[in-house]
Amino acid sequence: MLRDITLGQYYQTDSVIHRLDPRVKLVATLAYIISLFVAGNVPGYILAGLFLAWVIHMSKVPFRFMVKGMKAIVFLLCLTVVFNLFLTPGTPVVSIWKISITEEGIAIAVMMAVRLCFLIIGASIMTLTTTPNNLTDGLEKLLNPLKKVRVPVHEVSMMMSIALRFIPILMEETDKIMKAQIARGADFESGNLIQRAKNMVPLLVPLFIAAFRRANDLAMAMEARCYRGGDGRTKMKPLIYKKRDRIAYLVLIVYMILMIVVGRILMV
Amino acid sequence: MAIKLEHISYVYEADTELSVKALDDVSLEIPDGQFIGLIGHTGSGKSTLVQHLNGLLKATDGKLYYNGENIYDKDFDMKKLRSQVGLVFQYPEHQLFEIDVFSDVCFGPKNLGLPKEEVEARAKKALRQAGIEEKYEKQSPFELSGGQKRRVAIAGVLAMQPKVLILDEPTAGLDPKGRDEILGQISQLRKETGMTIILVSHSMEDVAEYVDRIIVMNKGKVKFDDVPKKVFSHVNELEEIGLAAPQMTYLMHYLKKEGFDVDEEAGTVEEAKVSILKALGKDREAQKGQGGRAC
Amino acid sequence: MNIIEAKKLVYEYIRRDEEGNIEGVSRAVDGVDLSVNQGEFIAILGHNGSGKSTLAKHINALLTPTEGTIFVDGKDTSDEANIWDVRQSAGMVFQNPDNQIIGQVVEEDVGFGPENMGVPTKEIWERVEESLKAVGMYAYRKHSPNKLSGGQKQRVSIAGVLAMHPKCIILDEPTAMLDPNGRKEVIRAARALNQVEGVTVILITHYMEEVIYADRVFVMDEGKVVLQGTPREVFSRVEKLKGLRLDVPQVTLLAYELQKAGVNLPDGILTPEELAEELKKVRQSEDGRQ
Repeated sequence: MLRDITLGQYYQTDSVIHRLDPRVKLVATLAYIISLFVAGNVPGYILAGLFLAWVIHMSKVPFRFMVKGMKAIVFLLCLTVVFNLFLTPGTPVVSIWKISITEEGIAIAVMMAVRLCFLIIGASIMTLTTTPNNLTDGLEKLLNPLKKVRVPVHEVSMMMSIALRFIPILMEETDKIMKAQIARGADFESGNLIQRAKNMVPLLVPLFIAAFRRANDLAMAMEARCYRGGDGRTKMKPLIYKKRDRIAYLVLIVYMILMIVVGRILMV
Repeated sequence: MAIKLEHISYVYEADTELSVKALDDVSLEIPDGQFIGLIGHTGSGKSTLVQHLNGLLKATDGKLYYNGENIYDKDFDMKKLRSQVGLVFQYPEHQLFEIDVFSDVCFGPKNLGLPKEEVEARAKKALRQAGIEEKYEKQSPFELSGGQKRRVAIAGVLAMQPKVLILDEPTAGLDPKGRDEILGQISQLRKETGMTIILVSHSMEDVAEYVDRIIVMNKGKVKFDDVPKKVFSHVNELEEIGLAAPQMTYLMHYLKKEGFDVDEEAGTVEEAKVSILKALGKDREAQKGQGGRAC
Repeated sequence: MNIIEAKKLVYEYIRRDEEGNIEGVSRAVDGVDLSVNQGEFIAILGHNGSGKSTLAKHINALLTPTEGTIFVDGKDTSDEANIWDVRQSAGMVFQNPDNQIIGQVVEEDVGFGPENMGVPTKEIWERVEESLKAVGMYAYRKHSPNKLSGGQKQRVSIAGVLAMHPKCIILDEPTAMLDPNGRKEVIRAARALNQVEGVTVILITHYMEEVIYADRVFVMDEGKVVLQGTPREVFSRVEKLKGLRLDVPQVTLLAYELQKAGVNLPDGILTPEELAEELKKVRQSEDGRQ
């Protein structure tokens, strides 16, 4: 079900990772993803894995929650593995008819799978340890220079945080409407593609109406609480780099250098 | 001919940290034609329970029989069950989607694969049963008032012609006028059709004057299951689980303690009035009137 | 100085057909006079569509009158320049608990109003803390609002308004979507604000049992105020209330019926305890006579 998506679901606990400045976490996540693409060999992946394991440990978020986020990409993962497994030329290991699995294929498939898993888990750590509001705050501040070229940074980040707040509510609503229509004999599971799309109408129309109703209510509530855009606003939790953030950046730099050394230079 | 639950348990998000036991070993029998009030506060398991009755949720443990057939059997016809046990959700007007009232009510019977004439006949009948006049049939459901929308949604379920009708908090969010109208309509429906009705509510006062039987749920278990008067007599226990008995019950208990010779089981204003007048010795005229009729 | 002063307030909705042509005009609020003193607890009763919510939105400058005037804390809401001051002095809590919480964490939501007002960071924290304590939700400050009960969410919303340090809070049917426990929680919080913090409270509701604590009650029907007075005065008009198809608390109704049957009871009895006490007096006097 939709509910299994962990992305955007904050896990509440108190850890160093939770307390880090969201900008650090954003930059680190980006850097980590880059590092995964820099890594080209087994030691590189081991290092990336160790680093990830260490951060998971520090974050105090149960590993289960990150695995939950993986469910959403199982399909993508299988697809990647299958493609690489069957379509990589090289020394064949098994051959059936015209299709053969090669040594190189296995190696690449495993690498890709590992890379994808690390990537998703890495991104999940960020969303699990940072409240979406905090995250958008970080993003807003990181992108602040863009304001000068008239990008509505504040508005976009406000929209994002509202969207994130309402995703679980709308998901619950979807579930409820679906059940209500099933109770009226609706069928969301059988038929061909066109039929299925048609069958979604009784779900989608009420869902859209609900979303608009909520948006309308929320806009009024925000206005009633004196919201008038980003100008003149103060912050309850202003982003100020602290000692731990500087240390985190240092750790990150060390990791990236190690990654380049291990993953690239040692390759030869 | 009835619904029978045997040791039904249901766990949300089993095997995770968030796992919640929503139903805990519930055994019940719901005979045909009863008017039942299912009472409990939010999170007591009452909504989870009713979703089991038409197979929307499958019990983690236990058995459920509909007319003697185990609904968890592989070859059990779930679609048929859903058409015979109609479930009206909370805020049912949120599920309306069609262009006009009439087509929306047709949605259910159409899904049953009935011929067009039958579908339309059923929709018409259901709209009348729910108290929607013909002039509204071609209107968009979104232009109606809150109370009317809710009736249209109820008609949408009635059009499936269920044998059992379950309404999950049908009065939530309505004003007193809308509430009285809906409850009156349901009571009328029951008189006309004799169908089994289960009214889920968190208000004792709302259901007190209509139902034959009250089931009180707390923490996933059945706490009380009896005729209303007997259930209300547990004022203190009800208070403990955060449910209030009708105001009349409180008053009568209080009066009894003060030495008034009143009927503690009086649950409605009318019963209380008669009982208090009697205790005050002011009932002579009333008695005379009744005595005359009895002869 | 009255915190709210409305004179001959009229609000008209313009109904349009599908092409946008004017079909007609409906008066949602029709010539309402309302004056509220600082520190009062006011209840406004009425059916859906009686105009009570429309009236409420005027106090917060979400709507401005078509005719007549409304002054909030001495400021005319029709004057564009006053809007933000008005919204700061008259905060508003709405019906649906899910659709008014902006923050992803309880404390962040409570801080939203002060942030918009440009309150310095340190003071925001102080305000958030005191507001959450005032509604008894301080222990939940780090929680996600999605995991709270309806009553708790509404209390967070009240705290969110309270943190803006308003002189007056309007609660627009805050309990309509709650169960009895949630309803009690919210009403208790509203009464505490009024009595402990001295905030003027305007409670809009259709539940009669919630208004018995109010200093004054206004009953609205078809955009007009049709009854007003203390709860006791209003509830003594049982026939009138029944005519408006409003609920009368069961005890009040019983007392009224007993009165009609010749029992000597005062008007407008509001609680079971009160009725029991009065019945005891009746019994004593009867015994005395015999």
